[in-house]
Amino acid sequence: MSAKANAVPSAASAALTDKQKKRKETLKLMKQNYVLYIFLIPSIVFIGLFMYAPLYGLQIAFKDYRPGDGIWGSAWVGLKWFRRFFESPRCWDLIKNTLAVSIYSLVAGFPLPIILALILNYIKNLKFKRFAQTITYMPYFISTVVLVGMISLFFSPTSGFINTIIKAFGGEAIYFMGISKYFRHMYVWSGIWQSIGYNSIIYIAALAGVSPELHESAVIDGANILQRIWHIDIPTIMPTMIILLIMSLGGVMNVGYEKVFLMQNDLIIDVSEVISTYVYKIGLVNAQYSFSTAIGLMNNVINFIILVIANTAANKLTGSGLW
Amino acid sequence: MATHPNAIKEPTFDRVYFAITKILLIALLIIILYPLWFVLMASMSDAQYVNNGTLLFYPRGFTGLGYQRTILNEKVWIGYGNTLIYTVGGTLIGTFCTVLAGYSLSRNDLPGGSIIMKLYVFTMYFGGGMVPFYIVIKNLGLLDTRFLMIIISCISVYNIILVRSYFVTSLPKELYEAASIDGCGNGRFLFQIVIPLSKAIIAVIALYVAVSYWNAYFYALIFLTDYHKYPLQIFLREILLTANQNTADTATDPAAAQMLAQMSSVIKYSVIVVSTVPIICVYPFIQKYFVQGVMIGSVKG
Repeated sequence: MSAKANAVPSAASAALTDKQKKRKETLKLMKQNYVLYIFLIPSIVFIGLFMYAPLYGLQIAFKDYRPGDGIWGSAWVGLKWFRRFFESPRCWDLIKNTLAVSIYSLVAGFPLPIILALILNYIKNLKFKRFAQTITYMPYFISTVVLVGMISLFFSPTSGFINTIIKAFGGEAIYFMGISKYFRHMYVWSGIWQSIGYNSIIYIAALAGVSPELHESAVIDGANILQRIWHIDIPTIMPTMIILLIMSLGGVMNVGYEKVFLMQNDLIIDVSEVISTYVYKIGLVNAQYSFSTAIGLMNNVINFIILVIANTAANKLTGSGLW
Repeated sequence: MATHPNAIKEPTFDRVYFAITKILLIALLIIILYPLWFVLMASMSDAQYVNNGTLLFYPRGFTGLGYQRTILNEKVWIGYGNTLIYTVGGTLIGTFCTVLAGYSLSRNDLPGGSIIMKLYVFTMYFGGGMVPFYIVIKNLGLLDTRFLMIIISCISVYNIILVRSYFVTSLPKELYEAASIDGCGNGRFLFQIVIPLSKAIIAVIALYVAVSYWNAYFYALIFLTDYHKYPLQIFLREILLTANQNTADTATDPAAAQMLAQMSSVIKYSVIVVSTVPIICVYPFIQKYFVQGVMIGSVKG
């Protein structure tokens, strides 16, 4: 194309449509910036292999996968695995457990970091404020394994200090880790203990952007602290709240299997088996590859749909969303 | 509630509110600190006080037996060594690749850049799931290799977005234009001008990656079979969670078994301290960067 343009310069360039011009421009930029493509190679390879290549394997959800036949060579079975899942008696328990844990986490875990940020925002002693922030962020660095280890030590019926306190008040020692009704509370509140500080950072940052004059004039007008929070602070952090809420809603079917898996034992399996841990056990422990993939796929699709709905709703209602 | 121009007196309502919130905050700090303090004091106390629950505010019957046991445990050393290899390797490779990708994608004169970005972001919300991922790793011949443990989660789209937003918001466009007029190409521009200017964001990314590697255990559980390659968290899980049942079963030598059972909680507390101290120790120095990372992330969703 460029050779032709050189041969008959004036006529050809006049004849070049906008589209062609744009393409020429693009080619020029690509040539000029070829180094940037080289920079992208490692991440393209990584994301291609670790994120997109597994998408090809998703087809085994509709096949009867046998490792010997390969992904492509295995026979199609249609919706067999999905049907089997929905017909199995465990299905509704799994969905119920998953939703119970994640909705409980969301309802209890979403407002608390906001409240913490609002409290910290009004601490006038800067040293104390910094100290409080340092302490509250700290548990975030503890690994899941250690966290669950700590829970099981603290709540141990024989040596845990929680039961010591219960016994001191004349109660009976309780085996918290082995009783179904305690599982959700332990899961959710240990999660809040670990991440309340970290999750508050983003709100503290947003609140720091509020102009002090706004508060001063509100005080002069006789607004009390709750009125100031309600009319000044909350509107400031609203967009952040909405985005985080959408993201949590988009993960409502994704209970982090790491922690649930570690907290599980045979005594509480009825409430602690969630979809993600089931997918792991069925797929990688019991080697029912296709069945596991089908359940995982269904879970992912539902999640994705919820995310899209939540985002559309947020866009309509407030004008801000993830995309 | 008269308003004085010079000194606005806090209304009583506000004073009560502040007093209540301060008490709540102090209560929260105690709730967060006490378990951490308990782990520390239990790790250096005599087992009998830990087991009968008389340990409450300060260490009792000071002893280093728990730590001695921990240090003599071969598994802790194997785990520590492997975790160090995976964390250092993954952090170096991951941070480098993330900065490269984030920089390229921050340029608006890169044809196809926005498509690549969309393809990356898509993976945050939709994935193949565990079994297809396992099949890919198996077909790549990476099962049970240290190389896999080093690269497995070194690049995350979230981190690429962080770097990209940082570059978009903090690097003036004129900077590259000026440099390119002086004959500075993209490569030299990134390494000699951009990276020295962006130490903060690089520290943030390195920190995120390092913490996630240090604490990861699930990939090792799925992909590793050779215990010489196990990271620390796998052994921790064994010591803290699954050993529970084992100690009760080893009744062959009653005296030794009882001794071990008595010691087991102190050993567990020591193991927690030994495994968590490196991260907690560097934390105050990097807290600033950690907070910065969250703020950069909040600039653009």
